[in-house]
Amino acid sequence: KKVSLDPRLSEYRGIWVFIEQEEAKVHPVSWELLGKACVLAKFLGVDVGAVVFGGNQEVVDTISKDAIAYGADIVYQVVDPSLADYRSDPFTECLVQLVKKYKPEILLLGATSLSRDLASSVATFLETGLTADCTELTINLENRSLEATRPTFGGSLLCTILTLNYRPQMATVRPGVFPIPLPNTDRKGMIIREQLQFNEASFVTKVLGFIPDPYKASERLSQADVVIGGGRGLKQASHFSLLRELAMLLGGEVGGTRPVVQAGWLEAERQIGQTGKTIRPKVYIAVGISGAVQHRVGIEKAGTIVAINNDPNAPIFDYADIGIVGDFLEVIPAMIRVVKNKISL
Amino acid sequence: MHVVILVKQVPDSSQIRVHPQTGTIMRQGVPAILNPYDLFALEKALELKDVYGSFLTVLSMGPLQAEAALRKALSYGADEAILLSDRAFAGSDTLATSYALAAALRKIDSYRKIDIVFAGKQTIDGDTGQVGPGVARRLGLQLLTYVQEIKHIDYEKKKVLVHRKSEKGIQVVSSQLPCLMTILDGNSSIRYASLPNMIRAAKAPVKIWNRMDAGIEDISKIGLKGSPTVVGKVFAPQNTRGPAEMIEGDEPELLCSILIEKLFEKYPEVEKEVLQQVR
Ligand SMILES: Cc1cc2nc3c(=O)[nH]c(=O)nc-3n(C[C@H](O)[C@H](O)[C@H](O)COP(=O)(O)OP(=O)(O)OC[C@H]3O[C@@H](n4cnc5c(N)ncnc54)[C@H](O)[C@@H]3O)c2cc1C
Ligand SMILES: Cc1cc2nc3c(=O)[nH]c(=O)nc-3n(C[C@H](O)[C@H](O)[C@H](O)COP(=O)(O)OP(=O)(O)OC[C@H]3O[C@@H](n4cnc5c(N)ncnc54)[C@H](O)[C@@H]3O)c2cc1C
Repeated sequence: KKVSLDPRLSEYRGIWVFIEQEEAKVHPVSWELLGKACVLAKFLGVDVGAVVFGGNQEVVDTISKDAIAYGADIVYQVVDPSLADYRSDPFTECLVQLVKKYKPEILLLGATSLSRDLASSVATFLETGLTADCTELTINLENRSLEATRPTFGGSLLCTILTLNYRPQMATVRPGVFPIPLPNTDRKGMIIREQLQFNEASFVTKVLGFIPDPYKASERLSQADVVIGGGRGLKQASHFSLLRELAMLLGGEVGGTRPVVQAGWLEAERQIGQTGKTIRPKVYIAVGISGAVQHRVGIEKAGTIVAINNDPNAPIFDYADIGIVGDFLEVIPAMIRVVKNKISL
Repeated sequence: MHVVILVKQVPDSSQIRVHPQTGTIMRQGVPAILNPYDLFALEKALELKDVYGSFLTVLSMGPLQAEAALRKALSYGADEAILLSDRAFAGSDTLATSYALAAALRKIDSYRKIDIVFAGKQTIDGDTGQVGPGVARRLGLQLLTYVQEIKHIDYEKKKVLVHRKSEKGIQVVSSQLPCLMTILDGNSSIRYASLPNMIRAAKAPVKIWNRMDAGIEDISKIGLKGSPTVVGKVFAPQNTRGPAEMIEGDEPELLCSILIEKLFEKYPEVEKEVLQQVR
């Protein structure tokens, strides 16, 4: 049985992704979302729209081309000096106006600090539903609705949230949840340059400066093929140097659980899990980690999970692909020797 | 200076267990606590009180039990506590919650002008981080999210300078009062409650407001009716891997070479990178 949608709602068509950029660099979550949007759009038989805002036409043009390569059919651009740096007011005004004009049925944003700010503001003005921090998105074809699934209670349960009688259906998605699609530079798309009138004087909040974070540990962690995670089982900060050595040999990065971050053994940026990062390396090696659900939600997307723990009953072994029971002080130095031997072969 | 801090009472999620068979949440005996992220906001407000002698109001929406969370906030040094509580609020999502909180703030502002509203970065139950921005938008307050540090406030000129965290660094932002800030969790943990404040908190009245007290007449904007999001199904995540294939033996080096062989076989690109990198 097909449920017919309120005609006011069926005017809304298409899936939009807000493309997040800072200092002319696009956040990878935007491409991840375009990949997912293409899959959802096929189900619905609609186009994928990308929304790009900025202060510089050249930068916005480059990003728009990339957006098409990553799967956008239409790019909605707004270029204005007021949009040079992210500010909640002008960005919200801009996105609200575009949505009102073009009426997408789904609007997706990254669950980053920038896009969470924007998404909550826009949803409030549009008086529509916004599901936060989703880890899965599917379409219910019976009523064309978006089923947005998110972890609750620290990841021990999942719940699916719907926005049935309001449009657009909005959701934010954590970085690292979906894979980045392969860009295709031969793809064709349309670019719409939207002219909006801004009154800079009406924007009270001004960006006076930007202090870039030279330390991009969190970015490297997201991109690494191999991540070695350390837990409380490491006993002390200095033992992390073993993990660092192994990570360096494998061309990987080091991450860890919340307790080791709280103990100051590891930088906060390297925390993996519910209140840290979601990573999707090819190989994740969990060392001295028990396998709490709050940690597991951050590593679910890894290709292969290896667990090293001296307790044969540690829960992590139930959620890993390969396990070694042993004291890390024996296992990790042995692994370092094995890899070194390989290299010098 | 009048500062309002939004606080929520939440179940202590570190103590929540999921029933292994039914996959339902076992809430029984799980203590309710003041949302840990709100303590960072409260501490920032107390710092303003130290400097400017600000008047601090704490506001919460929730069931009557949430009074305990407000009393906790009073014990740290807040001056007044208001609990917005009404059956009609049950089932509110973030849009409906921000509507109700905004109405209460308007009411508070009518008898004591509000300069700053503080909210936490997020809660540990709903965990959306959407309520703070929603409230700011509804009241037309300047919105400053993920504030790491308040650098300067010029109360005469109603100016404020803050550092807020963005994905790639720190934005230095100037803005104006009245504003709403969501406060990042930082290093400054909450101070200890002083004995006089603890005694005061035990006795201090917590004002309980129903929806009419907050001036909410339109019930279509609150509770389930005012919530565009609908919770569909709740289910336990599937374990798609494990139990792990164990590599067993007494010789760590042997175990590790088996492991490394396996990994390199499955991911030749990783092996290639390892070998190339060193040459
Ligand atoms: C709201 C909330 C959010 C949270 N968010 C996160 C999050 O984002 N990320 C996160 O990781 N956690 C998070 N947690 C914490 C989480 O619940 C767990 O407490 C945490 O993941 C456990 O860390 P651990 O595995 O390092 O420590 P433990 O649970 O103490 O495990 C240590 C392990 O090391 C093993 N071990 C000990 N000695 C050795 C040895 N010599 N050799 C080998 N193994 C050894 C032990 O057998 C044990 O299994 C959160 C909790 C809450 C309540
Ligand atoms: C498991 C679960 C998932 C949910 N998912 C969604 C969702 O995806 N979308 C959605 O719209 N709703 C969702 N909700 C509903 C949402 O949690 C409630 O609306 C809740 O009242 C406020 O949202 P929050 O807990 O996410 O707060 P957040 O937005 O994370 O809170 C941020 C700050 O706002 C202030 N604040 C929040 N709530 C209150 C309050 N009641 N009183 C005073 N101050 C407050 C605090 O300062 C807090 O630190 C969900 C609820 C649960 C239990």
